[in-house]
Amino acid sequence: MDSEPKKDIEVAPALIAVHPDQCSVAVAVGHHLRVFDLLAGSAVSLTDDSGASPFHTDNIRAIRFGAKGKLFVSAGDDKTVKVWSTQSWRCITSVSSEKRVSAVAISDDGTYVCFADKFGLVWIVDLDPPLHDKKPAPLLSHYCSIITSLEFSPDGRFILSADRDFKIRVTCFPKNPLNGAHQIQSFCLGHTEFVSCLAFVQAQECPQGLLLSGSGDATVRLWNVESGALLDTCEVATKAGLLESDGKAEDHDHAVTDLCTVLDGLLVAVAIQSLQGIILLSCNVSAKTLSVSKVVSIGGEAFVPTCLASPSTGTLWMVTGVSTLPGCNYPALARVRVISGIDVEQEPVIVGDDSIPGGEKLLETLQGTASVDDNAFLAAAEAVKTAMGHLLIKKQYPSENRESRKKCRNDRKLKG
Amino acid sequence: MSENEVNPTISKSTGLPRKRFYRARAHSNPLSDSHFPVSISPSHVDYSRHYPQLFPSAGQADSSKRIQFADVGCGFGGLLISLSTLFPETLMIGMELRDKVTEYVKERISSLRVANPGQYQNVSVVRTNSMKYIPNYFGKGQLSKMFFLFPDPHFKEKNHRRRVISPFLLDEYAYVLEVGGIIYTITDVEELGEWMKSCLENHPMFEALTEKELEADPVVKLLSSATEEGQKVARNGGQTFQAVFRRIVPSDQTS
Repeated sequence: MDSEPKKDIEVAPALIAVHPDQCSVAVAVGHHLRVFDLLAGSAVSLTDDSGASPFHTDNIRAIRFGAKGKLFVSAGDDKTVKVWSTQSWRCITSVSSEKRVSAVAISDDGTYVCFADKFGLVWIVDLDPPLHDKKPAPLLSHYCSIITSLEFSPDGRFILSADRDFKIRVTCFPKNPLNGAHQIQSFCLGHTEFVSCLAFVQAQECPQGLLLSGSGDATVRLWNVESGALLDTCEVATKAGLLESDGKAEDHDHAVTDLCTVLDGLLVAVAIQSLQGIILLSCNVSAKTLSVSKVVSIGGEAFVPTCLASPSTGTLWMVTGVSTLPGCNYPALARVRVISGIDVEQEPVIVGDDSIPGGEKLLETLQGTASVDDNAFLAAAEAVKTAMGHLLIKKQYPSENRESRKKCRNDRKLKG
Repeated sequence: MSENEVNPTISKSTGLPRKRFYRARAHSNPLSDSHFPVSISPSHVDYSRHYPQLFPSAGQADSSKRIQFADVGCGFGGLLISLSTLFPETLMIGMELRDKVTEYVKERISSLRVANPGQYQNVSVVRTNSMKYIPNYFGKGQLSKMFFLFPDPHFKEKNHRRRVISPFLLDEYAYVLEVGGIIYTITDVEELGEWMKSCLENHPMFEALTEKELEADPVVKLLSSATEEGQKVARNGGQTFQAVFRRIVPSDQTS
């Protein structure tokens, strides 16, 4: 009984990250880290002086560009965080974590890297000087809850951490963060399931930005981080017609898996479990409201994105895939798609494989193969969904089988 | 049989619930997933359910009066009952993880309300894991006093992260406490007493009360005398170790 669900837990979704100026694109599937240089039109070969090969030995759980594109960071289940220079694509700093890493963030000036471990602790390392095997310092902690997302506020004043216990914590980022960040600015409370992703909307009238969060409760919410006030809730799954309006998202079928702002937050792309495509939300910063702008379905193939990324232009990069798929012999399955021309007025264009930036070479690099098998990706999306459920949704124990569960208690077993 | 049939869990002489019908294990795992209802946010706390006489209508019309004292891990509620009459104008709540113990305190409060009309209306109890859900019940700077009396010592080093006073949890307590608010801790375990004191001393948002201030504070005397645990320690002639600290503005934040 124990081995079966365990297998599900171990699979990791494919991840994607795009350089803010669209210089390069990175995809992580399982322990594979693949980077494509869009300017040179060729695959990037990463180098790590510490001699580690492969660079990560277990599923990568978080990748992102930071410090205005100068840095790239990757981390995951192998308890290592690697910081790469995007100029040379060399690993400039590696950090060992005591526990598996679930989220990472880089401060805008490139001075600090923060990462969250599976026990709810957030650690910080300063990158000056960049060294291998740097010792991280504890920054803050969520009480034994898996942290799903870490994000700096655009003005750098706050660091935000979202967790499985429906919470978003907004902490003042201190001048000397190596002594810990003790001052909590606010908590953003309102989600009724795990919070899966965070993103900021920036606008001139609101320099500190408005926060967006996606959750297992099938909603995207808009917050004022300074006060923690909930400004608006968009029931994305219901609005997009995936759910009956009275139907509670009891079966967690439509958890929001990722959020990505496009065109500096004018529009927000949302990936939802079981949705073959994405939902575009429009965010009205002055009225502080969110509304569904359109549902973009991806015709021609079954594509449920597991991760979204966008440079500052109107282009959205999407990936679907899974680290391993039981009963399937592709080890690291990934499929990359691009939507371009995202704008308020016009109809977005789903870019075909022949006209994708970087062309077939890019697909070969990031997917591992240029050819694709539809069914495998549907199964992959399903596996990712199950794994996410196991990881983040609280188990329900009905009272009917309470007695039988008591019999299995470890302390009783010893006596028995 | 007849209408006079009495509830055996309620004592005939005092009208209060009898503890032996609410026996519970001494420990509860704060790390396990919780399966009790949790308030979504402080504004979702139903004051009319906790303080029916003071908040007769459901909903949140009167937001002027908020809970100001929190007894974290209130146990059988001895301290709350003493505080209730000492601060009749202040709303206070006990937080307890063990459901049977929470039930006992609930019964105890409602019996006291019946026996003393008009009194004990300002005190209530909630079953929750305060280590996880403090921010779900109280807003920023809402509390003026927090109590941590005779918490589970969790001796093993591996279990220190289960201690209710820990460097990181103090961040959350500092968030819900107003500036000048006071945190009271007491234990009969010397090692834990040292631990709690050093956690508070090393935290930039807390400072110790002076001897003089401790003497002037009527609540300090209650720490060892009002609770069931405290009385037990006194009966056995044990020692207690207390740490009482004030929430301050951290020095690098004074602007």
